[in-house]
Amino acid sequence: MSADVIADFWPYVMIVVAGWLATDIWRWLGVLAAGRMREDSELLVFVRAIATALVAGVISKLILFPSGALEATPMGLRIAAAATGFVAFLILRQQVILGVIAAEFVLIGGWLLIGA
Amino acid sequence: MLGLNFASGFHRPAALSAASVEKPHALQSHGPMTSQASLPEPFTPPTPEAGSRIWALRGARAAVSIPGFILVAAFIGYAGLARESGLTLTETLLMSALVWALPSIVVLTGAMASGVGLVPASIAVALASVRLMPMTMALVPILRVEGRTKRWHLLFASHFVAITAWVFAMRNLPDLPRPARLPFFLGFACTLTSSVSIITGISYVLVEETPPMVAGGLFLLTPVYFLCSLWTAARLSVDKAAMIVGLGLGPVFALVAPEMDLLLTGIVGGCLAYGGTKLARHLGWGREP
Repeated sequence: MSADVIADFWPYVMIVVAGWLATDIWRWLGVLAAGRMREDSELLVFVRAIATALVAGVISKLILFPSGALEATPMGLRIAAAATGFVAFLILRQQVILGVIAAEFVLIGGWLLIGA
Repeated sequence: MLGLNFASGFHRPAALSAASVEKPHALQSHGPMTSQASLPEPFTPPTPEAGSRIWALRGARAAVSIPGFILVAAFIGYAGLARESGLTLTETLLMSALVWALPSIVVLTGAMASGVGLVPASIAVALASVRLMPMTMALVPILRVEGRTKRWHLLFASHFVAITAWVFAMRNLPDLPRPARLPFFLGFACTLTSSVSIITGISYVLVEETPPMVAGGLFLLTPVYFLCSLWTAARLSVDKAAMIVGLGLGPVFALVAPEMDLLLTGIVGGCLAYGGTKLARHLGWGREP
């Protein structure tokens, strides 16, 4: 194969190996590890606690250390927006959409005030 | 549609007819702590396949929803990032559909943009994706019909495990009759993945340049939506404790151990939440709802 052909296919090799395989391997391992575990088992409560903590970790990283356009905003504003959104969600009968709207309102409002 | 083919994998005599399932199954609405798994289903449908098909369609319809719109918006934001990072349209689409977990997609995009080699890129993405294993482990016992669901159906369905679909499934599937859960989930997940991919492609082509404030607003949608919906999906006080501990530990480990942060957050946070809740109950503080 010539170097050109390899260069053309390289991004796809990256996506299949470093993308698809590197993520789906964990999903397949999850299916295999679930084995005969039952929905009401104590072990599952524990596994769910680990999964929930992991997802929560992803959430706070997305807010505190974002990538892309959010990087330009002050960390305090992002935390205030997310906290306002969550409190609004809790107060307003746990309507997810209201929490999201409240958070966006604080983010965009604060962004305009700062004049970034 | 793919979901329909896989949905017909149930050879269960007691799948539900459309009419009998308008309301969630009362016995199964108490979440994972009730031991209803072995109870027989009290309904007799005309054919199991028709039941599965209807559930897959209902799942597809459920994908047209607030979580669906928020994920679409988040991927519109990602399309801008992919374009700026120099990915082609085909690469962007292939990555969205094959990886199907936005945080991992962002990691791989960064790796490809900076020209990192295959091995370090694989390691970075694999480390960012460890969470998918406990998430899948927690979902599978809810999804399957013990002794009837084929493992390769679960392996196929597991590809759609990502935060949005997982939170949605953990919150809604336990209220559905057991044989309905896999078809419903596949209908939901296939619709979500295909519509998100299509809209990502469209916005890659159409949106020349996203104004920073719009892009920032789109990027904030995801964590805030996850924050609220993870709370609704938390059925027990252990889950809520794990969420609060994880929110706090995530950034700490990100600073202290950036390579292993999410793994550590999960294991340490999960143990603290589980152990702490056990201890609190042992000491008699508060009761399980």
